[in-house]
Amino acid sequence: MSRVAPTTTFARRPGATLAPNVYDDVPYEEKLALWEEVKADPRFPDYLYGCYECGICVAACPSARFYDFSPRRIAQAAAREDVELIFEQMNDDVWNCSQCFSCDRCPRQNSPGGLITILREVAVRHGLASSQEALEGYGRVVYKIMTTGTQVSPDMLQPDAFPDWGPDVKEVSDQLDLWRRALPPETLHTTSTGWEVSEKTLLELYLIWHYSDVMDMIEEVDEGLHMIILDVMEETLEEAGYEI
Amino acid sequence: MTSIIPVESLKTKPFRVDPSEAPTEDIREVLFELEEAGEIIVQRVPEPYVEVMTKYGRTKKIPLGQTWHHKSCGQCGHIPGYSTSIFWLTRKLGYDYIDPKDQTSCTAWNYYASATSNVAAQGGVAMRNFAAAYETGYFPLIHCGTSYGHYKEVRHEIVHHDDVRATVRDIMSKLGKPLVMPEEIVHYSEWVHAVRDQIAQHQVRDFSDIVACVHPACHYYKLIQEDAIYDPDIYGGQRTATVSGLILALGAEVADYSTFFDCCGFGFRHILVSRDFSRSFATMRKIEVMKEEANPDVVITHDTGCVTTLDKSQFAPQAHGRNVGVPVMSDAQFAALAMGAHPYRVCQLHWHSTDYRPLLEKMGIDWEAAWIEFEKDLKRLEANEIEYLTWEDVDG
Repeated sequence: MSRVAPTTTFARRPGATLAPNVYDDVPYEEKLALWEEVKADPRFPDYLYGCYECGICVAACPSARFYDFSPRRIAQAAAREDVELIFEQMNDDVWNCSQCFSCDRCPRQNSPGGLITILREVAVRHGLASSQEALEGYGRVVYKIMTTGTQVSPDMLQPDAFPDWGPDVKEVSDQLDLWRRALPPETLHTTSTGWEVSEKTLLELYLIWHYSDVMDMIEEVDEGLHMIILDVMEETLEEAGYEI
Repeated sequence: MTSIIPVESLKTKPFRVDPSEAPTEDIREVLFELEEAGEIIVQRVPEPYVEVMTKYGRTKKIPLGQTWHHKSCGQCGHIPGYSTSIFWLTRKLGYDYIDPKDQTSCTAWNYYASATSNVAAQGGVAMRNFAAAYETGYFPLIHCGTSYGHYKEVRHEIVHHDDVRATVRDIMSKLGKPLVMPEEIVHYSEWVHAVRDQIAQHQVRDFSDIVACVHPACHYYKLIQEDAIYDPDIYGGQRTATVSGLILALGAEVADYSTFFDCCGFGFRHILVSRDFSRSFATMRKIEVMKEEANPDVVITHDTGCVTTLDKSQFAPQAHGRNVGVPVMSDAQFAALAMGAHPYRVCQLHWHSTDYRPLLEKMGIDWEAAWIEFEKDLKRLEANEIEYLTWEDVDG
């Protein structure tokens, strides 16, 4: 443990909840299994120490200003082990978080943002419908990062994708090839990746995805995307002599 | 100008911290213990380095040269003058560096946006990049605030969880790579902070009339807080000193505003698929507050997402008559302009959206003449007289 504050164990009365009964159709045992998976994550003990209910995390939270969202409720539900409420939050709340970690100002050294990272991962791993909805339209970004090793590329700056960024986006898009050639760093002449990534590096990245079971998570939220990424990865690895 | 926060009293009564009373351990000590036990290799900060103070009064080493530049997705993809300016500064100050092709993204933007990843994958990506740097003998200098913050998280997990360390070591061994952790996780803005007096010595443009607001990046100083630089002489040690320290060294004014600690609204997922949130937050909690309380000439920040969100979010709110219109750039671009960099060949400001031309005029830069020069470069490129614009072209 890196922090001085001790971890705390919490008394729990099974089934006690502050959640509205919106997910009655899901058996309690299923919700409990998800919560047990959250608690078993190695990061969990570093993210939750207790809650003063002081609200500093809410005051610092950007999402709390624009959504019906509260990092304090996340920490409190986890501290009380309110399985029903946690399930409701996994479905209705966690995707509102900005993941800025302003809530790390917590005087008890909680990290509600960190708890949300884990809650989201468990939601994705089990293919909850809400995670599929939250990631709708995001597939091209997952494809880009997993297959090229860079998250965004210059050619993603298309006027129809970013109309709210103004007319400059069209100019960048129209001039893209030329403007990229006008960049002095040699690695930045690319248009379909952020910078030039060597083939050997890309192979190593694919092997990391393969050995860390990330592809199984992608399959849970988007089977089509999973197939496309897998094809790209397998073809590249096989050409390089790897047997997957 | 009305001061919202009693900044003057902070300056007169600096906050001093005793590292022996730090609320967190010094993770470097644990790293060295793991190294002694044969668990991990620790890559040492090469000399020469500058020692700076971090949040809890500890000392951090910032390498000056022999740096391996861990580039940023958003900087390289959408605001390439940011990365170009970092390289340009390094070259102008005469320090050796590598701009590697053997580097992937940290993939943390996706990790925080979509959660389609896990501890093992994130550890694998981080340690692969660190091993790639180690193989060259150069030390990682991280361009992105989120990469910097996330790598500190990964460091914590690898150091404190034997099972995570074993899993990541296994992945690394399958790649034929050792498990290597740098002695310090260093953000480029810390390097800029460390060399700010050298930058000021090379300053050729007068910034004494420039008023700047600083937006500090959340993942720089909120996520694993103890690595961020603080200085009793800057905001009395109560706020992170990076960025503000550079602006002061260049003779410009750092103007205070009451939402300094707020994030920019980037949101990772939001900036790509829910931009109404990002735009509203950036406008209403940052830009408008800055305009009303400080009326700055420019916003200076030190992260990819912050420059993007604060700059690009200012277009649409004009339709609603909102009080926007402040150019946004990185500390590296600001420093480069101070040292005489070309606004288009080096700082590549034509990739930015909010009008920066009045700022350039205030800096004494003839942007129209500079654009004509750059257009000549583009014509040479179009005619295939040259394949790319080179560092020699820029410096010529």
